[in-house]
Amino acid sequence: MASTKVVVDPITRIEGHLRIEVQADQGKISGSWATATMFRGIETIMTGRDPRDAWAYVQRICGVCTTVHAIASVRAVEDALDIKIPANANTIRNLVHGMQYIQDHVIHFYHLHALDWVDVVSALSADPAKAAALAKSISPWPNNGEAEFRAVQDRLKKFVGTGQLGIFSNGYWGHPAYKLPPEANLMAVAHYLEALDWQRDVIRLHTVFGGKNPHPNFLVGGMASAINLDETATINAVRLADVQGMIKKAKDFVEQVYWPDLVAIAGFYKEWGAIGGGVPNFLACGEFPETDIRDLGSLYFPRGIIMGKDLSKVVEYDQQKVEEYITSSWYTYEGGDDKGLHPYAGETTPKYTGPKAPYEYLQGEKKYTWMKAPRYEGKPMQVGPLARMLVGYAHGHKDIKELVGQALGTLKVGPEALFSTLGRTAARGIETVLIANKMQTWFNELITRVKAGDTATFTKDKWEPSSWPKKAQGYGFLDAPRGALGHWVQIEDEKIARYQCVVPSTWNCSPRDAKGQMGAYEAALVDNHPLARPDQPLEILRTIHSFDPCLACGVHVLDADGGLLAEVKVQ
Amino acid sequence: MFVRNAEPWMDGSSLGEHLEETGVSRRSFLEFCTEMAVILGLGSAAAPSVAKALESQARPTVIWLEMQECTGCVESTLRTEAPTIGNLLLDVVSLDYSETLMAAAGHAAEKAKADAMAKNKGKYVLVVTGSVPTKEDGMYCTVAGRTIRQHLEEAAEGAAAIIALGACAHWGSVQAARPNPTGAVGVRDIIKNKPIVNIAGCPPIGDVVTATVVHFLTFGRLPAVDREGRPLFAYGNRIHDQCSRRAHFDAGQYVESFDDEGARKGWCLYEMGCKGPATYSPCPIVQWNQRTNWPIGAGHPCIGCTEPYFWDTMAPFYNRLPNVSGFGVEHRIDTIGASLAVGAAAGVAAHATMTVMHQIRRRKAHQTPDSGSTSGEERNNG
Repeated sequence: MASTKVVVDPITRIEGHLRIEVQADQGKISGSWATATMFRGIETIMTGRDPRDAWAYVQRICGVCTTVHAIASVRAVEDALDIKIPANANTIRNLVHGMQYIQDHVIHFYHLHALDWVDVVSALSADPAKAAALAKSISPWPNNGEAEFRAVQDRLKKFVGTGQLGIFSNGYWGHPAYKLPPEANLMAVAHYLEALDWQRDVIRLHTVFGGKNPHPNFLVGGMASAINLDETATINAVRLADVQGMIKKAKDFVEQVYWPDLVAIAGFYKEWGAIGGGVPNFLACGEFPETDIRDLGSLYFPRGIIMGKDLSKVVEYDQQKVEEYITSSWYTYEGGDDKGLHPYAGETTPKYTGPKAPYEYLQGEKKYTWMKAPRYEGKPMQVGPLARMLVGYAHGHKDIKELVGQALGTLKVGPEALFSTLGRTAARGIETVLIANKMQTWFNELITRVKAGDTATFTKDKWEPSSWPKKAQGYGFLDAPRGALGHWVQIEDEKIARYQCVVPSTWNCSPRDAKGQMGAYEAALVDNHPLARPDQPLEILRTIHSFDPCLACGVHVLDADGGLLAEVKVQ
Repeated sequence: MFVRNAEPWMDGSSLGEHLEETGVSRRSFLEFCTEMAVILGLGSAAAPSVAKALESQARPTVIWLEMQECTGCVESTLRTEAPTIGNLLLDVVSLDYSETLMAAAGHAAEKAKADAMAKNKGKYVLVVTGSVPTKEDGMYCTVAGRTIRQHLEEAAEGAAAIIALGACAHWGSVQAARPNPTGAVGVRDIIKNKPIVNIAGCPPIGDVVTATVVHFLTFGRLPAVDREGRPLFAYGNRIHDQCSRRAHFDAGQYVESFDDEGARKGWCLYEMGCKGPATYSPCPIVQWNQRTNWPIGAGHPCIGCTEPYFWDTMAPFYNRLPNVSGFGVEHRIDTIGASLAVGAAAGVAAHATMTVMHQIRRRKAHQTPDSGSTSGEERNNG
């Protein structure tokens, strides 16, 4: 009956610092605790600064999800100051954010998640000819030939032969949970390497419009990259042709490599369609407006909530119903640590009560993480690709319904398989295919407007702080690759009085709340979840990686006093 | 591009022997060496010596520690052009610990690090991204139940050299901006007895990171640095002096509002708050993401991210130099590290003012006499 205590710290192949502790009984997980082990306090730093600068600071919340906090920030300030950006600027932001989705999801699949399913060592014994035959049966990708696979295998053989295994050192190779035949492993390893180069090439779209990646530039009121077809230093035909090339390259790889690989690999792991479901509620705030973010009806990914896995209805999302708990977090609330507070009334006073380092276990501690616990009407939520696809599916969104249906048909599983570790990973692929297609539509819209003489990228009238009201507040939302994101800004006397973020990984990585309800990671790990070898926690990595954790994003802090700190001035 | 016929490096053999054996990527290897020689400021003629140095050693161990950070510096390194990240990982170095990339997790990951550090004691390169929190006994950042400071001190002990990658590892960056809630500091504030090079920037350019590693492998020492510990080969010049828009500054042609006529002609962003005149950076020369573009090239003013404390000293970002925190009454020469940048910025402001005045006089001088606004005195002065 004695259960085994298991600690996985660090969880690698994620953004940030995450610790997972579980209790395992006879091959199953019976208890779990998710701990964010880093805190920085970015929001505190925002107070007193120029709201037009905010995007640059909060963008540094995360360099993997680079762009998403910056866009949420400029949207929040534009909402507060009632600035409507030109249609071109909106389209450019869609293109930038769209490429972020595509590149981020592909990197996640190959470089962060794949090694949970793909045994690199097994690829050594593959028959390259058979691997090529397998690859050609699922995709017309031109690099899937026998010669290419043989070259990758030879490269890998000699690499392994050096004894210097680098990033592959101490992997769980040969673990019984690896199910792919050697040929599928070889194909995946070849694409792992190919994706390393591809990601670097397609993300240059950010550089064209924002000057660099990671952390391209944004602008309150539009975008800084002026369009002038008759100038060398602006967005012109040379740069637009480059962008068109990247859009094509992104789409080809997603359709001919990522998606077929994902479906092929999923076919060997169908049992994971019944593992790791966890929290049954899903929240999507919606994303990709046609011309203006205020036009909620135009969002390509719709907004809404699914409660209790009920796909027959979409509940309307109201940000007023969000509350954050710190019952299990290293903070304290003035009114008591069992209360939930809406972000507008939020407090954050960090108060570490855990053991001194070095420590062995956190399970058993009342408070065990830097992550807060957001709840919607008191209920935990999952956010991310699966939430978006489920909300879209329930909405009857044509593109989503079609592709989800197709994927379920190919894998010969029912919709219930979506509520799982495999479902989260598949949903990420589905939405990548959709965005990879949508990019061309957005690009065409930009070209059409420029052709018609509309080259505006910036709205000038509210740029000068003297034109602002004495007090203003705004809400900027964005459904980021990892899920629903919100920024709230309050402006007083031309400065930020208060700045707050509620971030996707805060929802998913949240700890237990006052009622003892677990967050999404924790709930997933105790939902029919295997763990064959406690010293080789491969299955834990599968489920945690299926959320694509981003810990630097998740841990944030409101200003400590909870009041408007307009008297704090920065020169 | 991914070199499909490139082969990995055999144990005990040098990179040169390995290349000979495979007989394929010699040419691309030499191209890579040329590229590196140029970035390192050695000129393409030095390519053979870079090649020779790289060919004569086994893949050195690199330990990469991630502390309080956003992982943007890891991402930036993934964008490196030459060598590609695939070649870097498989052919140039042995990256034995990297939380972002490594297959193993938990105990297995920590063991990989401990083994690699023990086996290569005194020889490995330690790459560090992120800052160290000094408040709350360091509990604001822990890994495997130990503070990140403990990890850093332990890993620094056996390192041959330390590459502090990015603004966080350099001086603390965004979490160290006022009021610095966690007491975040850079590597140099914790480790005092090892050579440290600061690859400045938020984030730095991936190719500069790679070039610094190659410099160390080629010459057996870290590159020469400025007083901020930044390699001179990358940070030796001011953006303003290398800027593709500099001619417009000199001509008094300024963007006065985003998307105005000047913006659409690619004019100088000085009036929009550009910090190029106070910033030492490889941006204008090396550029970003395979030389696709750079921030000023995309129409946005530089925010000065390679300079220490820029989140406080260079802000508000859209205020014209020197009307920003770092250059006003409370400018902090001690934290800026040198009066050099301050002096340069003030000088540029004076320069710009003079240029504009000159332009105004000249424009006025060119106005026709019947416009009625041009006095003889102004004309004489123009």
